This record gives sequence, C-alpha cells and structure tokens, in this order.
Amino acid sequence: MSEITKQSLSELVKNIKDKNLSSEEVTKAFIDRSEKSKELNAYITENYSSALENAKKFDQKPNLELKLPGIPMAVKDLFCTKDIRTTAGSKILGNFVPTYESTVTQNLWDEGAILIGKLNCDEFAMGSSNETSFFGNVQNPIDKNLVPGGSSGGSASAVAGQLTPVTIGTDTGGSIRQPASFTGTVGLKPTYGSCSRYGIVAFASSLDQAGPMAQNVKDCALLQEVISTYDPKDSTSIEFKRNEYSKELTNNIKGKKIGIPKEYRVEGMPKEIEDLWQKGIEFAKDCGAQIVDITLPHTSYALPTYYIVAPAEASSNLARYDGVKYGFRAKGENLTDMYEKTRSEGFGDEVQRRIMIGTYVLSSGYYDAYYLKAQKIRKLIKNDFDEAYKKVDAILTPSTPSSAFKIGEKKDDPVSMYLNDIFTVPVNLAGLPGISIPAGHDTNGYPLGLQIIGKAFDEQSILNIAYAMEEKIKFKNKITDWWIK
Amino acid sequence: MSKNKSDYLINRKDNQYEVVIGLEVHAQVTSESKLFSSSSTKFGAEPNTQVSLVDAAFPGMLPVINEFCVKQAIKTGIGLNAKINKRSVFDRKNYFYADLPQGYQISQFKDPIVGEGKVILDMPEGQKEVGIERLHLEQDAGKSIHDLDPQNTFVDLNRSGVALMEIVSKPDLRSPDEVSAYIKKLRSIMRYLGTCDGNMQEGSLRADVNVSVRVKGSKKLGIRCEIKNVNSIKFMQMAIEYEANRQVDLIEDGKSIDQETRLFDTKKNETRSMRSKEDAHDYRYFPDPDLLPLEVSDEFVNELKKNIPELPDDKKKRFIDEFKLSPYEATILVSDIETSKYFEEVVAKMGKNKDMKLAVNWITGELFAVLNDKNLEISQSPVSAKNLAILVNLIKNGTISGKIAKTVFELMLDGDKDPQKIVEEKGLKQQSDPKAIEALIDKIINDNREKAIEYKQGKEKLFGFFVGQAMKVSGGKANPQLINEILKKKLQ
Repeated sequence: MSEITKQSLSELVKNIKDKNLSSEEVTKAFIDRSEKSKELNAYITENYSSALENAKKFDQKPNLELKLPGIPMAVKDLFCTKDIRTTAGSKILGNFVPTYESTVTQNLWDEGAILIGKLNCDEFAMGSSNETSFFGNVQNPIDKNLVPGGSSGGSASAVAGQLTPVTIGTDTGGSIRQPASFTGTVGLKPTYGSCSRYGIVAFASSLDQAGPMAQNVKDCALLQEVISTYDPKDSTSIEFKRNEYSKELTNNIKGKKIGIPKEYRVEGMPKEIEDLWQKGIEFAKDCGAQIVDITLPHTSYALPTYYIVAPAEASSNLARYDGVKYGFRAKGENLTDMYEKTRSEGFGDEVQRRIMIGTYVLSSGYYDAYYLKAQKIRKLIKNDFDEAYKKVDAILTPSTPSSAFKIGEKKDDPVSMYLNDIFTVPVNLAGLPGISIPAGHDTNGYPLGLQIIGKAFDEQSILNIAYAMEEKIKFKNKITDWWIK
Repeated sequence: MSKNKSDYLINRKDNQYEVVIGLEVHAQVTSESKLFSSSSTKFGAEPNTQVSLVDAAFPGMLPVINEFCVKQAIKTGIGLNAKINKRSVFDRKNYFYADLPQGYQISQFKDPIVGEGKVILDMPEGQKEVGIERLHLEQDAGKSIHDLDPQNTFVDLNRSGVALMEIVSKPDLRSPDEVSAYIKKLRSIMRYLGTCDGNMQEGSLRADVNVSVRVKGSKKLGIRCEIKNVNSIKFMQMAIEYEANRQVDLIEDGKSIDQETRLFDTKKNETRSMRSKEDAHDYRYFPDPDLLPLEVSDEFVNELKKNIPELPDDKKKRFIDEFKLSPYEATILVSDIETSKYFEEVVAKMGKNKDMKLAVNWITGELFAVLNDKNLEISQSPVSAKNLAILVNLIKNGTISGKIAKTVFELMLDGDKDPQKIVEEKGLKQQSDPKAIEALIDKIINDNREKAIEYKQGKEKLFGFFVGQAMKVSGGKANPQLINEILKKKLQ
C-alpha cells in the first residue's frame, strides 16, 4: 500500500471499506501533511481536532455502506459550514460563523466525509489567481510563487499538494476548471441547477455552481454523484434523473462526436496551447471518437457579456454585507457613514471594482445598453451551443489560454487577468457542464488542461470522454514537495 | 358608466380646479408564512421572533416562493376583474436601509402577476368605474424604531419578507370621497376573497397617494406629488385636501409644482417634501436570478376561478333581483362580507312567508345601532341571525307589534334569547281576537262618550286619542291594525 496521502479517493474508500485503513489513520495522514504545508496557505480555517474526533467516532461505528466512509475532506471557504467560520475569503465575513450547513457540504457529511478545514479562495470567488483573498496568496504546489489559479485556488492547491484527497469548489466563470488546469488536477463544473446553491456565499446567482475537484476523473465522478441532488431550498435547482456517475463511468466512447469550435483559436494564443489542443484531438480520435468542426459564432462576446452579468448580480448579492446584521462593522457617524466605512474597509479592491461595475451597468440610463444587451447576447451564446449539439455530443477546447503565471504578475492588470476565463465563461453563460483534465505540460513543466463541454445534464458523457482520454494521456503531475522542509 | 362626475372642485378667483388622484395600495396578503420563507406573519409578536435566515439575509440563503401567496394574488386579480399574467417575473429593487436586510426588496417591476382590471364604486350620484393598472407581489421591509433610544435605532425584522400586494390604480379618482369609496371597495373585495384582512390599524392596508390638479375641463394631467405611506382613509382624505389646495395655490401664484415625494404630517395636517425627483433613488431593478420566472397554467388559474366566492357586485345584483332590495339597501348589506352573511342567514331562517323590507330595516336599524354602540363586529353580534329572523317573523305574522318588538329585542341582547320565549314568558303576545278588541273598544267609547260625539261631529284628530286609549288599556298588546279597523266601524 502506497503512502496514504498519495492514494486516490477511490483507493482510500476501498482501503477503508476493506478495513486496511481506519478513518483516523487517513484523517491523521492528511492533517499531518496539511500541517507541514502551511507555506501553501491553502487553508483559511483548520478543523483538525474536531476532524480527528469525528474520524474516531466513525471508526467506532463505521458505516461502510456510505460512499465516502470516514474520508477527510477540506472544502472551499465559500460553503457555509455549521458552527465553523465561513469567510468567503473576505474581511467582511472574517468573523462569520454560520448556524447552518450548505446543501452540498451536508451531502458530503451524509455520505460519511469528515471536514478537515476551509480552503482559501479569492474574495467572494472574484479572481483568477487567488490573489484577492483577504487571507493571502496561495502557492501552487507545482512551483514556488506560482499562482494556483482562482477562485478555487486553495482547493486546487490542496488537491494537487495532497492535503485533501478531493475537494469541492465553485465555478462562476471558470473558478473550478482554471485552477484545476493550473495545478494538474481534474475539475468539473456541473450543469447549472445540478448542485444546490443553498448555503453557498453567492457571487453571481445565475452562474454560480458547485463542483468536484480531484486527482482523477473517477474520483471526480464519485464526488459529483454525492453532491448533485435536487434541493427545494434552491429555486433554481432542477429535478432530473441523476446518474450514478462513478458506477456508469466507462472509457468506451467509440463513435462519440466531439466538436472543435474554430472560434476558440483566439488571437495571440501561445503555440503550446495550440499544440496541446491538437494533441487532445488526436487522443480523442485514438479513443474512437469522431472529430467534427463546429462553430460557436458569438464566442468573442462571451467575456464582455460575463463581465456585465456577473458584476451586476454581484453588486446586488453583496449589498447584504452592510455591517448591520453580522460580519465586520466599522464605526460610523451615522448609518450611511457606517455603511461606507464598513464596505470600504471590509471589501478588497477587486470586489469593490466589480460592485462598481455592476452598479453602473444596472443604473437607469445604462441598463438597456449594458445589462439588457448582455442578457440578449447570453441567449445567443446559448443558442450557439444548442445548434452545435445538434451535431456533436461534446466539445473539446483548451481550459485556459496559458499555464499558471507568477504571483503578482497580473495583479495590477485586471483585463489580462479576466482573459484567463476566455474559454470557460461561455460554459457558465450557457449553463452547461464542463470538465478540465490535465493533458500536458508547458516548457516550464507547468500543467496545461483541456476542457470538455457537455450538453446540459449530460455530465456522464463528458466524464466518460475525460475518463477515456485520461487513460491515453497518462498525465503525471510533477509535485516535488518543495514547500515541505 | 358614470352618470355624472363628482363635483369636487377647488375654486379660486377665476379658475375651477379638478383633482386627479391615483393610488398605490399596499395590501398585506393573508397568509400563514412569508412570501419567500416559512416564518410566521402573525401580528404583534415580540420583535425579531419571526425571522428566518432568509428574512435576515444570511450568506447563501435563498428565497423560495410561497405558492399560497401566489394564489392569493391571483384570486385578488380575479376579484378586480383583471388580466392574470401567466408569466411574471420577480425583480430586485436595490437600496440600502437598516431594515432591509438583503439590500434589495424582491418585487415585480416589468412583468407583474396581474395586469389591467377595474373596480366599480357606488357613489351617491351613481356608479363610477376606476381602472386598475396592475397588481404585483413584493416583500415588505422590516421596521426601524427610532424612539426607543436617543442615540440608536432599533430594527425589528418580523415584518421583513411578509407578502404584500401592490395594487396600482389608474389616475381615475377625482375626490376624497371617491378615494374613501375606492379603498372601502378594495377592502371589501379582498375580505370577501380572504386575501387581505384590510386592517389599517395593523398596517395591513396602506397607500401611496398620487395627487395632481388641473383646470377643470383640461385633458392634460398636472405634475403629480406622491404622498407616501398613508395608513387611514381619514388621513388620505385630509392629505389630498391639503395637497390639492397647496398645488392650486402654487399655480395661482404663478409658481411651478415640483414632482416629488411628500410625507403627510398627521399632527399638523399638512404634507411636506421628503425628496425631490432629482434625489429619487435609482433602484437598479433587474430580474432576481435566485428565482425563475413565475409561470402559472390555465388550469391553475381556472381552479382558483372556480372557487372564487360571490363578490360584492354580484351579490348586490342578486340581492336586488332575488330579494327586491333597493340598490341602496343592497349596497349597505354587501359592503361587508360578514353583514351579507348575516343577512342571508336571517333570510334563510325567516322561511316562506318573509318580509324582506322588515328584515333589512331591523338589521340596518336596531342591530347596527347596537353594534355601533357596543363597538362590535357583526360576527360578534349579541343577537344571532336565527333569533332576529324569528323576531321579524313575529312582527310579520302579527304576534307582536313593532313597538313591542323593540322591547323584545332589548331583552334578546342578554344572552341571545329566543324572542318567542320572551313573548310567551312576559305575556307580550299581541291581542288579535276581534271580539275581545271589540269589547275593549266598546268600553272605551262608553267611558268617553263626549269625545266620541266630538269625533263624529268632525274632530277627526280624536281618532288618535282612541287608539292610544286602546293600546294603553291593552298594555300595548292589542293589534293596532284591528284597533284601527274596529274603531273606524264603531265611530261611524
């Protein structure tokens, strides 16, 4: 048996079920490694002692029928966890302890998982490098001073660094897939409405979706199976027949039609990304898939559309953080003064920038020109996909236009930062599922990801394609444990 | 429909001004729980005891529509003869205030659940139709309490998230009296439907009043001012009166009216500026992404339609047709659903040989007087409909006279006694035996011979004297009709 923290989720589940390992042993192993990995700054809040207790409790009366029996797990700090601080990476929620549990995390605990901590993320999930977190930068286990991507940067770092066997993140414009791509891990953004948003600190309600992040596709499928449930507490949750994704996982994708959208060949795209994509196409062919050229004509409008819709919703969603009811409050002369000081001191620059953009695009006189137009384009983008899916079963693109960059490199250039999401945002705008799998390395040895986009509610197909390609790609993450002294 | 326009006009030296009024009524939906959460809506609870995580806008909390409130709004729409929109959209109205936890109110902006409709008012000069522009569902805010502490404001979120229907009228109202009639009619319809209790003291019904004036005969609308949040009919009338005169004075002085939001100061009986158009909030309305558009099927609406009770206008028509009531009587009886129920029960209990007129008079006369006096609702009436029906029948069939009936009614008030029993126990039954009355009259004529002669000689006034004597001697029990007949015969 290999070192515990090197094992995949599926292996750990098997070893616990076969009683080769106890939950306590597994939990302790991940806590130990997490303790040694403080330099990654992946955690905002640790829950180690309580996790160990829960693991012991599990071992005393183990229910081995569960899908995640006694599996320790850290989750993105955007999920509200009962009695455990939930910050959303923000000062304004720096002291916030929910009295309730998000549906998605509850699903994890119900299947036997044990919370070991809350993972760092960009403030209110707004960012692509985890540099907007009030709790500091997160290191990418791939290399020192390399960003892990964002906003689920802590989650990606923790999975790649083996601080947690798997984790869950949230994805509003690429926040699962881009960090997965930057860290050589697998990340799935499910169909909008697949996972409940109840108890997740909202960024942009019409785009936010929770999803699994893992070392491999199979683990990803298992986790998706656990977290995706219909939830009447979320009006946008959708009732549909959910597969047993891990059980139904197959590498037989013969005859599946995979579309290659020409519009994703963007100007200035590095050659290594172009090459990776071509390599992906070859792998897909090797797996027996049929490659079809398709067009998604409105792709170039996706990013500007996203940067109107998401900030608009965010500006309203974040209005509740006003210092009145919970969270950080600054002293003020009167109510308005208190609001202004609380929000100026409580929110970081990027969040304030997006609140301003959102407020602006919703203002009377600008609403039609920005928000309304963006909604129309959003419909057109969705139509593009609908048309494409008449011809193909899935679509293959690069996950990001580049590999991970250095901490600080793009911090003062929001537009170049936003460009990170160019391949991922159309998927959120259309409400579709998308998965990023590691598919190669750039010249620095940094991982690069490919994205497979599916039809709505057809997570199974993209998981299968990812599973088949994963076998061919035989990706090996180059983790040197550089941060462990 | 309107026979003649109400002539509420404001007169100045050379000009007559007409007042144009439109109302935005906020009616609290009668429901157990709030519009988007399961918290109780009960009035008068300890502050902040009926607040869920959703109402207090905790991170990650999401609204879920209360289907019952949707049904209530649709029923109200049906009651207002309005178009029910099968697809409506909830929007966010964004603004910051301490008693607005989300930082936005969930409301309906572009696509309300109910579209255009109409309400008929019964005015003394005839019927008047008032157009309804729309009805939409929205959340109420919490309550800021400023007077508990010199430095701090306290916030009570019990009301936060309670469902309101905003009912917007067209600018069809022309006088304070019409406004009063309109509010009463709306309230009546909603009470019939059970969709709003209309209790203005508890804030279940309040209105923003839009007032403008124009020279009589002009077709163009004047610049309007909105008087916010007026919570009694009397205050609405006072506010309109003040505001209309203020605007007329400005015009007469050659000044212009600013479109603005004003407050009515009930102590000083005046309106004053709250904020100008320039300071108006930019609410940044946009569709709430936490809620899908609200779609209702034809079946859903039809099912509700099927179960709509008879509403005041139809009931009135039926009362006139079926019971031969005058429009005036019918209007009074249908204005309040409980009164109409009471009346119909009296009618039912009176049986075949009933005197409708008498029943109406007794309800609107004696009974209303007692209720008014004791400050009771008709549902709390000390006299049941059944016993009132018996009383009316006793008068109708001549068992007791109208005068005795009043005595009996007084006795009924104590414990809803059966009038039949009272009449028997107290021996109040009317003397209707002609022979006995004849004997009685013979004796009276005999005892008052001189007066009888005077009468026969033409002093006809004396007839009343003999009637009075007969009543007196019989202890008020002799049948007055028989007395009249027999006396006339005997005195010929």
